[in-house]
Amino acid sequence: MSDVYVVGTDMIKFGRFPDRKVEDIGAEAALLALADAGLTIGDMQAVYSGNLGQAGAGVGQRILRQIGQTGVPVVNVANACATGATAFREGWMAIKAGVYDMVLAVGCEQMGKGLLGGAGGGDGISTEGLLGSGTMPSVFAHVGLEHARSYGTTFEQFAKVSVKNHHHSTLNPKAMYQIETPLEEVMGAEMISYPNTKLMCSVNVDGSAAAVLCSEKKARELGLLGRAVRVRASALASDPYTQHNLAAMDFNAVTKLAAKTAYEMAGLGPDEVDLIELHDCFATAEIVHYENLGLCGPGGAGRMIDTGETNLGGRIPVNVSGGLLSKGHPLGATGIANIYEITTHLRGEAGKRQVEGARIGLTHVVGAGSACAVHILEKV
Amino acid sequence: METPADPAALKPAVSCIKTDSAGKPYLEGHKCSACGEVFMETRRGCPKCFAVGTLSPVKLSDKGKLYNWTVVYRNFPGVPVPFVSAIVDLEGGGTLKGNLIEVEPDPAKLKFDMPVKVVFGDAGRTDKAGNHYLAYFFAPEAA
Ligand SMILES: [Zn+2]
Repeated sequence: MSDVYVVGTDMIKFGRFPDRKVEDIGAEAALLALADAGLTIGDMQAVYSGNLGQAGAGVGQRILRQIGQTGVPVVNVANACATGATAFREGWMAIKAGVYDMVLAVGCEQMGKGLLGGAGGGDGISTEGLLGSGTMPSVFAHVGLEHARSYGTTFEQFAKVSVKNHHHSTLNPKAMYQIETPLEEVMGAEMISYPNTKLMCSVNVDGSAAAVLCSEKKARELGLLGRAVRVRASALASDPYTQHNLAAMDFNAVTKLAAKTAYEMAGLGPDEVDLIELHDCFATAEIVHYENLGLCGPGGAGRMIDTGETNLGGRIPVNVSGGLLSKGHPLGATGIANIYEITTHLRGEAGKRQVEGARIGLTHVVGAGSACAVHILEKV
Repeated sequence: METPADPAALKPAVSCIKTDSAGKPYLEGHKCSACGEVFMETRRGCPKCFAVGTLSPVKLSDKGKLYNWTVVYRNFPGVPVPFVSAIVDLEGGGTLKGNLIEVEPDPAKLKFDMPVKVVFGDAGRTDKAGNHYLAYFFAPEAA
């Protein structure tokens, strides 16, 4: 089977674009990624489009109406917060299988402001706030406090994640915000669901990102290997059964499963990874994923954030893009924006936030329901 | 939260709330005869061991322990805050989420594994037709 390469990728600066159509937002990133590869939509043999808010409304085809109706197969993908990564993975699989040599993966999303989630299931009345809370800040508050239950993780340690990722975003012109948030400001912000304050919740933004995937043969033929990045592993998992999974969403087992699959596929371990973009939809989430992705042993995450190991310049920088917390989280675009970020570092083109000497990078997204995707990329 | 005079007259807010022949509410789970795991809803197959057709209804304990919690300060309009969202493991099986009441919604007052009991009461909200509903709540169990 052919190795698969990312030969072009880009994202738009995330923001709020209520006056634009979602396909216009997606089309912008698609054209940027194609231009990055020096290709056109006419070169693409298939399009994999990730969008959650308008799943079922043919966003992929609508993007082609903006940039060229080439008649190629379009696959519209919806898979919770793993939507963009799943679209990317579908393209990877098609090339792996030898069906196509070059495909476009594009993710886009137009979000409203405010709370996501909320408990359903009530027969006639809403059960939100009656039978506990199913809003995303509450779900991820439970995730954090489960870690606190086992390891004594503190409010301050969770808050430090936000300080770090907001700091990183000041170095990323494509992040929604470029604002420092000192610890006292993060901890003193409006408490949403303990221990997540408002500054520990990801930003609902509009955005898009895209990537051109290519077989080795084609990349060689077109002379595209120079700036290409190899996909060493692509893994996707659904949530295996755990005792608390049906009452409180478990994002740990699903992440561990996807990470294990990805490390095995890549034939490497977490020690060989130089940087990570992981799913910090809430500050509490980043802490648990240090352990789920094997960056430290059980209970080691609090120490990692305390000692700055995951800062830019640290042992294993995490979310140097600013993460979902400050770069923003346009659901369908997030997974591909992570691919863009890692690719940019492996190319040595990340400017002020460049992780020096980066050779291997890992992306992780996990969505409620649950779906987890892990990709491992390597500098060619 | 007072148990209403006639809880059987209220519609259950969720399907796991049942009333016995004496009109007393209880929680019903579904236990897998193959692996012993208890679920709050019935299913065709067992999520844990994949056996098919092995789940049957079981009356659950009204005692349990607070596995996890959060204090919710911001919610949708009309939902009173703050409140405690709790994950409780019932004695003998069954894990579910609910509001923990009769406790100050203060992170300093909440302890993992504190004993709780299941209580029932009017949900305090009605559907469009004005029907009242029966909900379950958790309350601290006097040690
Ligand atoms: Zn079973």
